[in-house]
Amino acid sequence: MTPQPTTASADGPPLLEVRDLTVEFRGQTGKVAAVNGVSFDVRPGETLALVGESGSGKSVTSLAIMRLIQRAGGNRVGGSIRLRRRSGDTVDLLAVSEDEIREIRGTEIAMVFQEPMTSLNPVHTIGAQVAEGIVFHRRVSRKAALAEAVELLDLVGIPEPQRRIRNFPHQLSGGMRQRAMIAVALACKPNLLIADEPTTALDVTIQAQILELLQGLQRQTGMSIVFITHNLGVVAEVADRVLVMYAGRIVEEAGVVPLFGRPLMPYTQGLLRSVPRLDMMSGAHEELEAIPGNVPDPTAMPAGCAFHPRCAHFRPSLCDTAVPGLEPADPEHSVRCARWRDVAAGVPA
Amino acid sequence: MSSFLTRRLIQSLILLWIVSMIGFALLHLTPGGPLSQFANTPGMSDEDLTRLAEQMGLNRPLPVQYLEWFGRLLTGDWGRSYRDQSPVLYVIGSRLGATLQLMITATLIAVIVGGFVGVVGAVRRYSFFDQFVTIGAMVALSIPTFWFGLVVIYVFSVKLGWLPPGNISPVGNESFIVFVHHLIGPSMVLGLVTTAIWSRFMRSSMLDVINQDYVRTARAKGLSERIVLVRHVLRNALLPMITIAGLEVPTLLSGALVTETVFTWPGMGRLFLDSIGYRDYPVVMGLLTFTAILVIIGNLLADILYVVADPRIRLQ
Ligand SMILES: Nc1ncnc2c1ncn2[C@@H]1O[C@H](COP(=O)(O)OP(=O)(O)OP(=O)(O)O)[C@@H](O)[C@H]1O
Ligand code: SF4
Ligand SMILES: [Mg+2]
Repeated sequence: MTPQPTTASADGPPLLEVRDLTVEFRGQTGKVAAVNGVSFDVRPGETLALVGESGSGKSVTSLAIMRLIQRAGGNRVGGSIRLRRRSGDTVDLLAVSEDEIREIRGTEIAMVFQEPMTSLNPVHTIGAQVAEGIVFHRRVSRKAALAEAVELLDLVGIPEPQRRIRNFPHQLSGGMRQRAMIAVALACKPNLLIADEPTTALDVTIQAQILELLQGLQRQTGMSIVFITHNLGVVAEVADRVLVMYAGRIVEEAGVVPLFGRPLMPYTQGLLRSVPRLDMMSGAHEELEAIPGNVPDPTAMPAGCAFHPRCAHFRPSLCDTAVPGLEPADPEHSVRCARWRDVAAGVPA
Repeated sequence: MSSFLTRRLIQSLILLWIVSMIGFALLHLTPGGPLSQFANTPGMSDEDLTRLAEQMGLNRPLPVQYLEWFGRLLTGDWGRSYRDQSPVLYVIGSRLGATLQLMITATLIAVIVGGFVGVVGAVRRYSFFDQFVTIGAMVALSIPTFWFGLVVIYVFSVKLGWLPPGNISPVGNESFIVFVHHLIGPSMVLGLVTTAIWSRFMRSSMLDVINQDYVRTARAKGLSERIVLVRHVLRNALLPMITIAGLEVPTLLSGALVTETVFTWPGMGRLFLDSIGYRDYPVVMGLLTFTAILVIIGNLLADILYVVADPRIRLQ
């Protein structure tokens, strides 16, 4: 697990600027903030990893970017998500018209969903589902779009694409469906691809193939990728920068090298300790440590630092009063922890 | 696919066989059995009856009689009406068209009106429209068909004079317009319950689909809301409706019984009630068997349609 930053182009204006994104769901038990004041940039051509345990708000963040959170029923999406469009204009995705967001979806931002088994429509062929976005956005004939669909299936590594376009989703294996989903997402050549745990449902060899595929596609097209996962091994392999989320907030943000080399937030440290490492398998008897405790119940968030009930560095009245701010430790490394200097200096817990 | 259809076909045949057994049993359980048609004939003596029974083979073992009767059933010899001695199948056939016209029109009303109401109710869930039609459907389901028929005749025929009070068409005037004009009232009455049922099932089926992951995928492609709703939501929501449609056949048949009586519509429903009045057992029995066959055929058609519409079953 050696982090290898790929082609990060840090210069130039960001492609996407998320500022103070807040998503509240209204349930029977009242309002739940699934995402709470999240801000980050996505730079052109980079791979940004979004990591965190289950329920930390990764999928909700990405759905908010696609503007796919249903606002009905008292749900609220606040903040701004500014996208630099192909035309050069910058627009706030949360404020644009329905027509404009529809034009952006698929063509400029596309998403591969977490659930490959249920994200394809069972009654339409793979070809039809890949082609329909092309027909809709580019107004080409169905036949031409199907020809493109064949190329796309070939591109994502589906064998016999001519035959496969006539298949229905249930005739494909999980790995093939996820590839088909990627083909659907790539159909209109987006410059931002959000991949929400595109590999979790798959076995290890297929995971590796899909990751390679995404990286290859990125090299060809120069698109940016937001890669969501809770597998830090995958992060080290694909990401340029990493956002660590906990309980709806970003708790650490850094390039992949500093994050793995010098994690500052105790939560990130815990995540890293819970990843199996190659040198461990060769006999070293260091136990894998899971982070003790559980992700907090979103309806009963701990006061102050939401991680404090699980943190070894916890100090009463310092950590459990106010939510710590996201502070820059380095120009490219921010952390949300009241004691990050102590943690960095190795002051024992 | 073929294994599914084969299974359903075999099930249907077994059902038909059971229906025929019941039909046969009922025929022999009727007062006087198959001989009753002659029992009341003036001047018929007991010896005559015994001789008749022998001639008709009624003293042979029941299984043999059943096989013979079943053979006649298959070849279309369903016996003769007591009333005018015409063949039962002919009597039924002469009324079938009128009932089918009514049932098909009522189904069309249910599918179009109920379908529309269900789709809009699901898309605008909890809106005023949704709540209004929810209550409307509940009311519709609790209105007795008989009473609703009388209300329709009273309001539209007697008070407003818009619709004829019944019958398929006045003598000597058989244009299509007149026919449709006569069809409106009874179809509305017959379709009411089915429309209400259809709208409820359509709404819940739409809601089941609307939250599916693949609908989100469709939205993520940037398709228009209309395409998302029609191509992705409605297309899938209609699948269970095919089964519902098959199950509606008995509801429609029993509704036709009442509707045809209220509107003096010359269909099978009225024939059934008339025949019971005349104790015309062969016709009553024939109608029971025939409607059972209709119900089974309806379900079988629904199964076939389902297989055609759902690739997951078609391409098993
Ligand atoms: N539609 C919704 N209504 C109410 N609560 C929701 C909804 N969607 C998500 N949540 C809640 O928001 C929180 C964040 O969920 P999210 O799906 O973003 O987690 P995640 O980080 O993607 O987790 P996972 O790794 O399991 O995918 C969870 O507590 C979840 O229960
Ligand atoms: S703020 Fe306190 S409780 Fe939270 S991570 Fe830092 S040390 Fe631990
Ligand atoms: Mg998720």
